Amino acid sequence: MRLMSLTAVELGKKIKAKEVTVTEAVTAALDAIEAKEKKVNSFVTVDREGALKRAEEVQKMIDDGTLTGPLAGVPVAIKDNMCTKDLLTTCSSKILYNFKPTYTAEAVENLEKAGAVIIGKTNMDEFAMGSTTETSAYGATKNPWNEAHVPGGSSGGSCAAVAAEECSYALGSDTGGSIRQPSSFCGVTGIKPTYGTVSRYGLIAYGSSLDQIGPIAKDVTDCATILEAIASYDKKDSTSIARDDLKFTDALVDDVKGLKIGIPRDYFGEGLDPEVKEAVLNAAKVLEEKGAVVEEFDLSLVEYAIPAYYVIACAEASSNLARFDGVKYGYRAKEYEGLHNMYKKTRSEGFGTEVKRRIMLGSFVLSSGYYDAYYLKALRTKALIKKAFDEAFAKYDVILGPAAPTTAPKLGESLSDPIKMYLGDIYTISVNLAGLPGISLPCGKDSNGLPIGLQLIGDCFKEKKIIRAAYAFEQTREYEHSPLA
Amino acid sequence: MANIISDETIEYVGILAKLELNEEEKEQAKKDMGAMLDYIDKLNELDTTGVEPMSHVFPVTNVFREDVVTNGDGSEATLSNAPSMKDSGFKVPKTIG
Repeated sequence: MRLMSLTAVELGKKIKAKEVTVTEAVTAALDAIEAKEKKVNSFVTVDREGALKRAEEVQKMIDDGTLTGPLAGVPVAIKDNMCTKDLLTTCSSKILYNFKPTYTAEAVENLEKAGAVIIGKTNMDEFAMGSTTETSAYGATKNPWNEAHVPGGSSGGSCAAVAAEECSYALGSDTGGSIRQPSSFCGVTGIKPTYGTVSRYGLIAYGSSLDQIGPIAKDVTDCATILEAIASYDKKDSTSIARDDLKFTDALVDDVKGLKIGIPRDYFGEGLDPEVKEAVLNAAKVLEEKGAVVEEFDLSLVEYAIPAYYVIACAEASSNLARFDGVKYGYRAKEYEGLHNMYKKTRSEGFGTEVKRRIMLGSFVLSSGYYDAYYLKALRTKALIKKAFDEAFAKYDVILGPAAPTTAPKLGESLSDPIKMYLGDIYTISVNLAGLPGISLPCGKDSNGLPIGLQLIGDCFKEKKIIRAAYAFEQTREYEHSPLA
Repeated sequence: MANIISDETIEYVGILAKLELNEEEKEQAKKDMGAMLDYIDKLNELDTTGVEPMSHVFPVTNVFREDVVTNGDGSEATLSNAPSMKDSGFKVPKTIG
């Protein structure tokens, strides 16, 4: 039996039925990593010893009836920007090359309570800044569908690990599309929940008002199940929201009759690859045939989301990343003269190019004389974007479009032109600005055999609607395993 | 390029951001920042008069708690991550001449 080709929920069932032991499941994941890492480089850290030890503990708790949930004993990979107690957490940066957190992120702790076994930490763009996982200080991750291509980013390691079947599922984080875009490029499914649904406690901050943790897996059922496990109100995150209904798996229903789906015309204009366009519109047709009411509309303001995002995200990043100064943790420059020079040298040597670029832009837009013109202007634009979505959701249950304008680009093609790379986030970024939930799931492949992702966007707190629509669409097609699986 | 970043500006940003750039990096940073600001200037096409800046999508309030210790003493574990330490404290270079 190929344990890693099962979904997380399928594997969980087999473990519960005693057809598979937790140690067998975890060993299968570790063996897959051993066999594939040279090709894909999804992981920064693999915790072989810890995972095998934990497998035995989890097995005992399953056997004595303490753990009964669907994810008990299932191996998971965690993006390397989530703190894991005593386990290296680098954010794929040199500046945190040796950082071992003293506590575990709330979302990860929730997973552990559900009986998850962490097998390792996945590669990412440094501090989640990037769209290709090429800005990692620990080498680029490759796309399991074609190793000459990027997996997307910033959660590229998590998505590639799921697609290469090195783990049963993974956690990622999404600030401007960092779960949905790599999910699209790697042919897997990922959800960015409504802002405030999953605690950010222990998630190393990039753009705090935009960051959300979410699940990445083979299908919608897994994602709904994982989201149910990680979502919680947490006093330790002041932006955490106490939600009434977190039973996301209740929405796994194959029925979209009467569901109102809006297709923004502005998502299908210039820059969209024709093959992506065709696959996404075909998905809309499938949902229409299943009884959904599909209509085109003008969302407006789409082209303003990226500039507004870069002002806001970089401003927040410049503040959030001030803590990396060579005093409390991580890298410290070897040679310096005095305290300030130590800060400067440490940061200049410890951060990569893209991170420095964003910190500098953020410092500039927050500086006196420019704060109103750039930062406040971006926050006003954000308010307008939110309003445009409010108006759309007064008419539609779900907004349907592509997750990214193209399929995965080749390695080495994106970093030389940052603005072009930023434009790749055009369909995902506004969702973060408006705090909305979004899901990306496979809906086809291009002529090069690279996966295409369908994005479904819901109103705040309406994850169930997008899960339902995604689940109904998914029932019409088989999951395609990547060549590296 | 409409936005020309001067040497003084990039120097000032370096101070704010606590980053030290060599000459080559400085030139690149000037170019990159200028290009980004040109792109960001697109926002000026929008009339945002009377629009309140939105920092959070949902109303956020401070979360208060009583000033009671709920976790144990983690100072040793915390300090074990420090690049340099002395007498249960973080050690930094001399700050006063």
